[in-house]
Amino acid sequence: MRLLNLIKIAFKAIVLNKMRTLLTMLGIIIGVASVIAMLAIGEGSKESIRSTISNMGSNMITIRPGADDRGPARGSGGDVQTLTLQNYQLIKEQASLLSYVTPVVNGGGQVINGSNNWPSTIYGVNPEYLDIKVVDLQSGSMFTDADVQSASKVAVIGQTVVDNIFPDGQQPVGQMIRFNNIPFKVIGVLEEKGENTFGQDQDDVVIAPYTTVQKRILAIDYLNQVMASAISEDDAADAVIQVTEILREQHKLLDSEDDDFTVRSMEELISTFSSTSEMLTVLLVAVAGISLLIGGIGIMNIMYVSVKERTKEIGLRMAVGGKGSDILMQFLIEAILISITGGLLGVILGLGATVFIEKFLNWPTSVALYSIVISFAVCAVTGIFFGWYPARKASALDPITALRYE
Amino acid sequence: MSKDIIKIEDLKRQFTMGTETVHALKGISFNIKEGEFVTIMGSSGSGKSTMLNILGCLDQPTSGEYEIDGVSVKALSRNELATIRNEKIGFIFQSYNLLARTSAIENVELPLLYNSKVSTEERRERAIKALEMVGLGERLHHTPSQLSGGQQQRVAIARSLVNNPVMILADEATGNLDTRTSYEIMSLFQELNQKGITITFVTHEPDIATFSSRTIVLKDGNIMQDYKNHKIQSAAEQLAKLPKQDD
Repeated sequence: MRLLNLIKIAFKAIVLNKMRTLLTMLGIIIGVASVIAMLAIGEGSKESIRSTISNMGSNMITIRPGADDRGPARGSGGDVQTLTLQNYQLIKEQASLLSYVTPVVNGGGQVINGSNNWPSTIYGVNPEYLDIKVVDLQSGSMFTDADVQSASKVAVIGQTVVDNIFPDGQQPVGQMIRFNNIPFKVIGVLEEKGENTFGQDQDDVVIAPYTTVQKRILAIDYLNQVMASAISEDDAADAVIQVTEILREQHKLLDSEDDDFTVRSMEELISTFSSTSEMLTVLLVAVAGISLLIGGIGIMNIMYVSVKERTKEIGLRMAVGGKGSDILMQFLIEAILISITGGLLGVILGLGATVFIEKFLNWPTSVALYSIVISFAVCAVTGIFFGWYPARKASALDPITALRYE
Repeated sequence: MSKDIIKIEDLKRQFTMGTETVHALKGISFNIKEGEFVTIMGSSGSGKSTMLNILGCLDQPTSGEYEIDGVSVKALSRNELATIRNEKIGFIFQSYNLLARTSAIENVELPLLYNSKVSTEERRERAIKALEMVGLGERLHHTPSQLSGGQQQRVAIARSLVNNPVMILADEATGNLDTRTSYEIMSLFQELNQKGITITFVTHEPDIATFSSRTIVLKDGNIMQDYKNHKIQSAAEQLAKLPKQDD
């Protein structure tokens, strides 16, 4: 018996029962479509987090005072004063895996230009900040190390601040503004970066020498954080270890003591933020997978009914020379055809749903090829797995009993 | 002297029903020669159905010898039996057993689908030829629901002919038909028999036996009578004698 003949026979049986076949397929269609759509949503949000973070500088390493704040409630890292300028200097001198290092002090306040004012955040940093954050100026220039030494009252501002305190389209470079009543001369404007995934406006900033911000604005002598960038993305993890060792030694921590600071690379940050969305994806895919499984059981159910219903036909086929293996193959092919056709329709529906979600719900999506391949493969396997038992049952029928079956 | 198609020697078949053993056939011997038209008669419980199942290679004897066209069936596997059924036997059933919603020609093609030696074109050709032989050359694409009972049985007869079997095995083939139609079918069988096709017809209707060349009567698992019919009735003549139908 040629395979082609069997496929013809199976195809005919499917076509003769269009409605029933379609309803059987529905489970598979919905299962595959939801797996693809769910993975596309998960993959999309993961990618958008990744791109936001690498936009922020993928080599970036942040050092904050206070222990790792994951876990039960602890004091906010900002209140801890264990990170000092000496720490920064030592890291700068000793950490060979870092290319740029800057101290960071920051505080909120009101930016004022004449009668216009705007609540923003001031960051006190050194000139290397731009290299760490991978950001350029659209006009003017960055302050220099000399400005840092002399604690000059100069500032570089972001586009959001420009828009709000220079509403008339004035050229901001060269203008005097005030931050919490301290006058600053605007010497540059940052290029626009827009919002990051966490909804933070990266253009709503005022950047000034950290010495100026420490003395004039915040009146503190400690640092809020130290930012650095590893010489390459691959060295980021090693750089984290190096910085940790330097700081532990300087803070004279015993082996039994926990770090009183936190060093994080962007990679860690990515995984922290991705893990939530990943967990959600796993959950969604599990639900979708269950519906695929139910689809498979649906196929088994229908094939089982079909075998019962066509007992007499099976008897006849056997009487005219159909072997057990022919009957087995016929029903198996039928199940596989149903599940593969369902799988194809499911892929189409899933892609359609993804486009819909992207266009109308504005969720970032990204269809991964592997999601299509996997769900399609699962379909074929489902067909074989759930088609096997009924097909086996059909092939094991006794032709005499089957022929007399009413 | 024509050759023996069927050789049966001391054939026995027993069934175990719970603790009891039922002897359905108790040692039967007969031969069927090529070109014979044999009716196997008997009331229910006579072993008729068991005989039919064994003749049709759907079942195997407990003991004794059964040879069809020179092949001993006793030692064959399930798959080998299927091949024998496919190549040597044409089945006709009381309830036609056609595939629903499937055209006459596709129904007739069915046995050839299970024979990989037959190509698609040859299959179609042979199916058309078989349907023409039973007088349905004009109804190739009708489905069973568009055909009368007699026509459906003709499709079934065409299906039994399509694989050029050594023997046609009919099981109460006229049981579901009215007298007129069953005479029509019988005259078709006689026609086919005259062309040299061996026919074994299992029935419990005595008038069917009058159309055959030989009758074997079974009772309680034994052969009660086995006689040649010297005055074969012509089904076509009987049909002509029937009162005309009012149209």
